[in-house]
Formats: sequence, C-alpha cells, structure tokens
Amino acid sequence: MQQFTCPFCGPRDETEFHFGADAGKLRPEGADVSAEVWADYLYGTENRKGETLEIWMHLICGEFFKLRRDTVTHRVLAAMPLHAESSR
Amino acid sequence: MTAFRLAHGGDWIDRETEIRFRFDGCSYAGFAGDTLAAALLANGVGVVSRSFKYHRPRGIWGGGVEEPNAIVDIRQDGLRSPNARATLVPLRPGLEAVSVNADPDAAHDRLGFIDRFARFLPAGFYYKTFMWPDWHLYEPRIRRMAGLGEADPAWRSARAADRRHAHCDLLVIGGGPAGLLAARIGAAKGQRVLLVESERRCGGSLRHRAGGIDGKAAAAWIDETVTLLRAGGHRVLCGATAFGIYDHNLVGICQQHEDGRPDTLWRVRAGHVAVAAGALERPLPFANNDLPGVMSADAALRYRVGHGIVPGRRVVVATNNDSAYEVAALLASDADVTLIDSRAEGGPGIAGLHARRGVLVAGAIGDSGVRAVQLSSGERLQADSLLVSGGWTPSVHLFCQARGKLHWSDAAQALLPAAPVDGVSVVGAARDGLMPLGKLFGAVAEAMNAPDGSAETTGAVSTGPEAACGVGAFWPFLGSQGRIWIDLQNDVTAKDVALAVRENYVSVEHLKRYTTLGMATDQGKTSNVAGLAALSEITGQPIGALGTTTYRPPFAPVPLATMVGLQGGELLNPIRRLPLEAQHRAAGAIFQEYGGWLRPAYYGAADAQAAIQAEARKARESVALFDGSPLGKIEVFGPKAAEFMDFIYYNTMSSLAPGRCRYGFMLSETGVVFDDGVLIRLAENHFIVSCSSGHVGAVRMRLEEWRQDRFGRDAVFIHDATAALATLTVSGPQARPLLQRAGLEIALDDEALPHMTVAAGRFDGAPIRVARISFTGDRSYEISIAVERADGLWRRLREAGQAFSAGLLGIEALMLLRMEKGYVVIGRDTDGTTMPHDLGMPGPRNNRKAEFVGRRSLFTEAANAGNRLNLVGLQVAAGEAPLPVGAHGVAMQDGRPRSIGFVTSSGSSPILQRPVALALIEAGATRIGETITLRHLGEMRQAVIAPACAFDPVGDRLHA
Repeated sequence: MQQFTCPFCGPRDETEFHFGADAGKLRPEGADVSAEVWADYLYGTENRKGETLEIWMHLICGEFFKLRRDTVTHRVLAAMPLHAESSR
Repeated sequence: MTAFRLAHGGDWIDRETEIRFRFDGCSYAGFAGDTLAAALLANGVGVVSRSFKYHRPRGIWGGGVEEPNAIVDIRQDGLRSPNARATLVPLRPGLEAVSVNADPDAAHDRLGFIDRFARFLPAGFYYKTFMWPDWHLYEPRIRRMAGLGEADPAWRSARAADRRHAHCDLLVIGGGPAGLLAARIGAAKGQRVLLVESERRCGGSLRHRAGGIDGKAAAAWIDETVTLLRAGGHRVLCGATAFGIYDHNLVGICQQHEDGRPDTLWRVRAGHVAVAAGALERPLPFANNDLPGVMSADAALRYRVGHGIVPGRRVVVATNNDSAYEVAALLASDADVTLIDSRAEGGPGIAGLHARRGVLVAGAIGDSGVRAVQLSSGERLQADSLLVSGGWTPSVHLFCQARGKLHWSDAAQALLPAAPVDGVSVVGAARDGLMPLGKLFGAVAEAMNAPDGSAETTGAVSTGPEAACGVGAFWPFLGSQGRIWIDLQNDVTAKDVALAVRENYVSVEHLKRYTTLGMATDQGKTSNVAGLAALSEITGQPIGALGTTTYRPPFAPVPLATMVGLQGGELLNPIRRLPLEAQHRAAGAIFQEYGGWLRPAYYGAADAQAAIQAEARKARESVALFDGSPLGKIEVFGPKAAEFMDFIYYNTMSSLAPGRCRYGFMLSETGVVFDDGVLIRLAENHFIVSCSSGHVGAVRMRLEEWRQDRFGRDAVFIHDATAALATLTVSGPQARPLLQRAGLEIALDDEALPHMTVAAGRFDGAPIRVARISFTGDRSYEISIAVERADGLWRRLREAGQAFSAGLLGIEALMLLRMEKGYVVIGRDTDGTTMPHDLGMPGPRNNRKAEFVGRRSLFTEAANAGNRLNLVGLQVAAGEAPLPVGAHGVAMQDGRPRSIGFVTSSGSSPILQRPVALALIEAGATRIGETITLRHLGEMRQAVIAPACAFDPVGDRLHA
C-alpha cells in the first residue's frame, strides 16, 4: 500500500486519499464550449507515464492538495497545498 | 519409514514434558518443543499424506515453510484448520491431525489405485478428456478426488486475530546468521530495528549446523544478539513470517503464537528492508524421488540435532553439493551411512565416510517407503532412508515481490538477486547462495554499511569450523524410465513438463498454468528451479534466459481469518445508529439498514405488510411521528455562500429569502442528478444543505471540492452538523395541533410559519429549529434539536400525540407515502443517466444563465435525445397486485422484444386503495395514458402510463 503525504497531516496510507484530477486541468465555461472540449474535460485524463502532478483529497481532513509523484516508481516527490495562501 | 528417536540428544525438546496427540485416528506421544512433523518421525510414521492428484503415499520432506507433502487438517481447541504444514505446527496437548486428500487415512487410502492409471492422467488431461457431453458432469467428482484439506463452514475463532501497525528504520526478515548480524549493525547505527524470524527461535542454520562466532558457541552468540537487540528497545518477533512486501515498504507479517492464541497480523512500514530469508534445499531429480523416506538432508540434520531423531538405520545421503557432507558425518555415528556425490571431484574430504563419487542416484525403490537406492553405476544399495540435497534455492520471494530481478549463477546453481531495489537489500544466503560463515559475515557487513558508508561497523567474526559450499549441476534426466517428480505438492513430473513443451506451452508462465507446476500452497518453493532446468534441457535455452514466474504474496499461506482480524462482519463497515434507537426498540421497531444507518423499517413484529399499511394510513388520516435524524445538515457560511449555492445547485438559490426553504437538485458534472433535497437559508450568508441521509459524506466532499477549487477558504466555510442534531418529524393533517399541544416555544400559525419556511424556537430551554418541509405530501414539521436533548422532545411529542392517537412512521411506510406523491429517491427512482428534465424539472436548464455544476452536459446531443428515460407513474387495473420492482417495459422491434424502461418503486397505497408505481420509461412524459406491456420473470403485465404523482396532485394537503 502506498503512502502519500498530506501537506497538513503528514504521511498516511493511500486508502485515506481520493484522486481528484490532473493538476492544471481547467473547467471550460461559457455558452460556446464545444462538445469535444467538454467531453475531454469530463473523461480525459493524462495518465502520464513517469512524473505527474495531480490533485488529491485527504478524506480525513477534507483538504485538496497537489501531489507530485512518479507513476512508474510510485515515488512521492512532493505535496503542496492547493493554493499558496492555504499554507498559512 | 524407520525413523526413530535416540534416547539422548535433541537441543530443542524438553524430554520431561510428554505431549500426547492423535494423527489419523491413532494416539502418539511426543515432547514439548517438537513440531507435529518431528513427533510423527519420532513415532516412525512414514506415510503422512496422499498426493494431490495421483493419491501416492508421501512422507515428510522438509523441516519448515518449504514442506510440500505433510499437509494436514488440524483440530484443536474445538477448531478445525485446513492445510497446515506439519513442519510448522507446534505440538500441543490435545492436538488432533488428519491427513488431507486421503480416505480413510494416509496409510490406507482407497483411491491409491489411481496412481496405476497415471499414464492416462497427464498434465491437462481434463482439458482433453471428460469433454463429452459436458465437463460439468464430471467436474464435481474429479474435484472431490483431488485437492487438499476441507474448510469447516462452522469455523468460528474464539477471538479475532490482532492487527498491529509498526514503524521501524530497519526491518530484517530472517533471524539466521545474516539477519542477526544485519540487525546488530542497524542497532549499532542507531536505527530502530524490527527483526522477524519465522521459526520459534532465532538462529536459522546456526541452530543445527556447526559454527562458532566471536569465540563463542553459535547458540551463545544467538542468545547474546537477541538479548542485545531487545535490551536496546528493538523488537524481535519469532514465529513471524513476512509474507508480502507492498508499495513503499509496507510489509505484511503473520505471527503465530505457540500457546494457541489467535495470530497477530503485523503491518510494518519500514524505512529499509533487509531480506535475510536464507535458502531452501532442493530435491534431487531421480525416478520415484517422491517415495516416503526420501527427505531433505538439511531437514534430517535439523531433526537429528533439534529432536534427537535419526531418519533410518541404513541411510543413503545423495548430493550434488558440499552441504550434505556435514549431515552424513553426523548421522554416521547413529546409522550406517553412505554418501553419493554426483560430482567426480571436489567436496570436503571426511575421514571414515563411505562415499561414491561421480555417481548419480537413478531411482528410489520401494512401495510405501524406501527399500533400496538404484545408482547410475548399476549398483543397488539397501537403504531405509534416502537423504537428498539438490542444491539451494535462495529465498528471493520478497525481493522479487518488490520488483527485484534475478540472474542465473552457475557458481551457486541458483537464481540470485540482480540489480538492487530501492529500500530493499538482500543479504546472506538469499543473496549469494550458501557460503562459509566468515565470508557471509563480511558480505553482510559490507551490504549493511553501504547505504551511508559511514561508521564502519563490522559485527561478527566466524571462529568455528567453516563449511565448504561447492555445488554441481544435477538436473532432471528426461530419458528416465521411471517418473521423476518435480512438484511434489501438485504431482507434476518431468514428463508433464516435456508434454507441455510438446504442446507449445514453452513460456514459464504457460508451463506453470498448463502443468500446475508451482501453483500449490507451497508455490513451488522446492520445485521451481528443477522445472526451469527441465524446460531448459528440452528447449535448449539456458536457464537464465527462461525467466521465472511472477512472485506474488503471500510467501506462505496466511489464514483468511488472520487477514480479516476484527475487520469483519459488522465491523467491516460499522453501521450508524440513531440517538433514539432504544426508544424505537421500546416501541417495537423492526430495524433495517438504510444508507448506512440502522433505522426502524416498521413498528410491530407480527405482520410486516399490515403494519406498514396501517402506519401509512395513520399518517394520511391523522398524524404520525418519524425519526429523520440521519437527514443531512451541512451548514454553509460565508460572504460568497449564496454564490456558492447557486453554483452547486441546479436551481437558483441566491433568490431564496432568509427564513425560507427550496427544493433542488445537485448534479454531477455529467449532468446526472446526484442528490436532491431542501436548501434552507437561515440568514443572508448562512445556508443548511439538507441532503439525503445516505449521501451526506459524498455531498460534503463535493462541496469541499468546489469550495477549495473555486471559492477559497475566505469566501465559504462548510460544517457538517448531521451527527450533532436529531431531526424529529411530525406529519399529517393533525400535525399542527399536536405541536401546539407539545408546548414548543415557537409561533406555529401559517402566517408565521408557512410551507417551505424555517424558524427558530425553544423546547424546555433547548434551541430548536423547525422547518416546514414535507416528504409525505402532508403538512409536516421537521424539528431539529441537539442530540442529547432529543429524548425529551421525542417523549413530549409522543405524549402530545396521544390525544390524536398519533402513529409512528417507519421507513417502509414513508416510502409508500412519498411514492404516492411521486417524490423520487435518487439512486432508486433514478439511475446513472437521469437528468433533471427527465424528472420533470426542465426550468433551470432552459432559463438559468449563470454557470452551475453539470450545466454544459445538459445540452449535449444525448441529453436532448427523444427517447430518454423519464420518470412516470404506472397504473394497473383495479384488483391487480402491485407491479414487481425491476419489471421491464417491453416493445416489439424487428420482431424481438426490447426494453423501454423499468419499474423503480412499487407498492400498495392504503389511502388510494390500489397499487402505485414509479418507473423510468422511454419518452414517458409524452406518453401519459398509453398502455404498455411489462415483463418480469416470464410474467407479462399491462399498465397505463400516468403522471408520477398519484395522490393530491395539486398539493392542497401541504397546507391543510
């Protein structure tokens, strides 16, 4: 079982976490969002081999955060709050 | 078998404590410190099991975890445990063991004749025969004839296995010389060390092989090391098998206790893992090498040193390596010993030992035990015990589980760990194969000091005799006349391997699955390398090029009960309980689980249907009390709370006035209805999300997601108060008079508290919140109060209700009431495609301009298709039974029936005196009045599509 690091609670078992999305994925908005763009937003994930930056939620404290990890080695490289001001 | 126990000797047993036990119905005696296997040997029991497939007699092969043959069912303390390895079962008073796959017992198995037909039952025979007319006709019988122990369906552990979590800097797996030294070095470096040893005592090979360390006897050094570690605050666990290594160095360890306590399952998160699991001795390939009396030479040494047992009077020791010489030399004082070395040269010279060199064992001769040994030279030796050593297989399982790769070493005649894996080292015989103790200590010290290179800690010096460790190749000879057994536990011979290759199963993974080589409970611990060697000989490829099958946990079988521990039954997913459960029980409630909560289904045990009908009727005719405490109460505060609610909900919520409530949907981004419920606006910047009971956790997560992603912590704050407040509901035409009588400090007249409003009041000094929200279609008041004050309020409501002969409402009756009204339960009356316009609420989709969750998805092609499933009611002819839930509406298309939707809720309405049903039907909203055909389990019914709301469609009763 992997161990992820919540920036607020420290290292915890992966079962305490829930995947959110690829980091940097923007929600397309407005009247003219094409079906293709919307479908990609709903269902497309990068599933990148190697280093990734993802949004995860720590179910215990309820905080979303950014997790940099390697999908091949499963190494956890860094964990950061979602927004800079959250680090207070 | 002619093994016997000497009158003296046996370092591991206590001859003062005799223990009686039973095996296959006979009574025997052994000593404390014996394993079941040792005690059986001491009693001369040669045949301990029947083989998996051919029912051949089998004896004890090994001394530990590798044992392929001696599989027994254990009955002790009233419990029956299947498939224990006799080599690992400590002898305890009252132990009863039964051999598996034998009838009536291992010595006289009725199915022993099957072996005579073995030539007709090669690998994969069942794929080729028993095909006509249908394999399933034969399967049950064949399964009964093959196999291992029996699971006892009535098995219950007296106490659940413990689960313990531990962290350490260094986890050492294996308490032999390499593991003990590795642990000492770690401790000396200031690491927190955990050492696990699968045997009852630490020491590994040092316990039964000659050696001295730091000028001391090996036993003294072992004790000193264990004492040193424990005194330093480190943990040493014995009887503990590391069975799996998982991501980020999580190691699963199953610890069995000698006193019969339930196992302990350890989950250890280790900074670094040192695998010092040693090596396992392999059999030699020759005809009939599975005969009882053929035993691992190293195991024989263990039984001699540890238990004072000699395997026979005339012993042949056959080997391809140096390690068996020590065995032959020691046994020579108790028996007539001849050593057969397959190598013409090399090997330690031992004076006075009868030896043949450069000769192979061609076969073992005997029926249910060894009588003689046939040599390749033509010579035949009389013998009653044949000890063999076919080389050593390093225990690399955990290293391979951690994705380590192996390479073939000709010097060690074994697969050894190749490139290192992060966070895992392999040390000792597991890394390099067998080697002299001095060299081994040097290699361990080097490996353990390597990570930081700092403060060289040397550790131990071998000061005793140094064993030679040469080994030569000796692999299955495929032209052999007799059967050469490769996998003892799964009955796979060298010929089976050849057959598999002939049929083109040449990859090791295919070979494994076709022949079942390495698939049994021992997972090929003694057989895999011989299987590879046979494959190599046939295909002409070097062993190193063949690869190996994948190593997966568990290394050794772990009882499921140990894995489960306390996390089974109700504790697997603990049910949530109402604060007023005791009061409901006193009122005769029958409880069921609804959305994770244990709630009253109905009250009164006699006739469930009659009770439900009576409760529903009472609620319509006068008034009823309902416990709605699990209803979601998620508070949302903040300067952007209204904007937040607009984004979250399908409906516009910012236009709601403080003190008012509005029903709405939450959608997924896919546009599918995710939850429904009432939003209460208490103040300008304060809302309460009253979501469905079973969805509170998921809704809270969803709110958090959007809050953190889009609004920020300065704009919105979320607090889930669901568990803090009980919610008691009074519903029915007499609801207001009942409440007036109850004496709540709140204005209840309709000007002050009209439908869909909320107000604060007090009850007995405690603050209450009263919301006029209805899930029944009748005038209803939901009263929320702090959980600890709920009992008083409930009593007061029940007392006040006596004047109106108020009833209690369970969930089942409530479901009838809401069904009459066409009120949906999300997830029951909707599925993963249902959008708000399918439920008759297209307004916000058409009118809202602002962005909200799921909006774009409501305008896709699929969302606007004409054949979407819409929520409708279904009406059947007078006097008919309710429609079955799940019945499909069918239409004929191209001469074949096609589903046009299905019944989602159905019941019998007491107030309407007829069945009511809700259904999702294709384009149902445009087909009101049409008659459709429904099919369920072959039965056909007719029904008329009707509006979802069957009762009081105008909604007058909400205000009555």
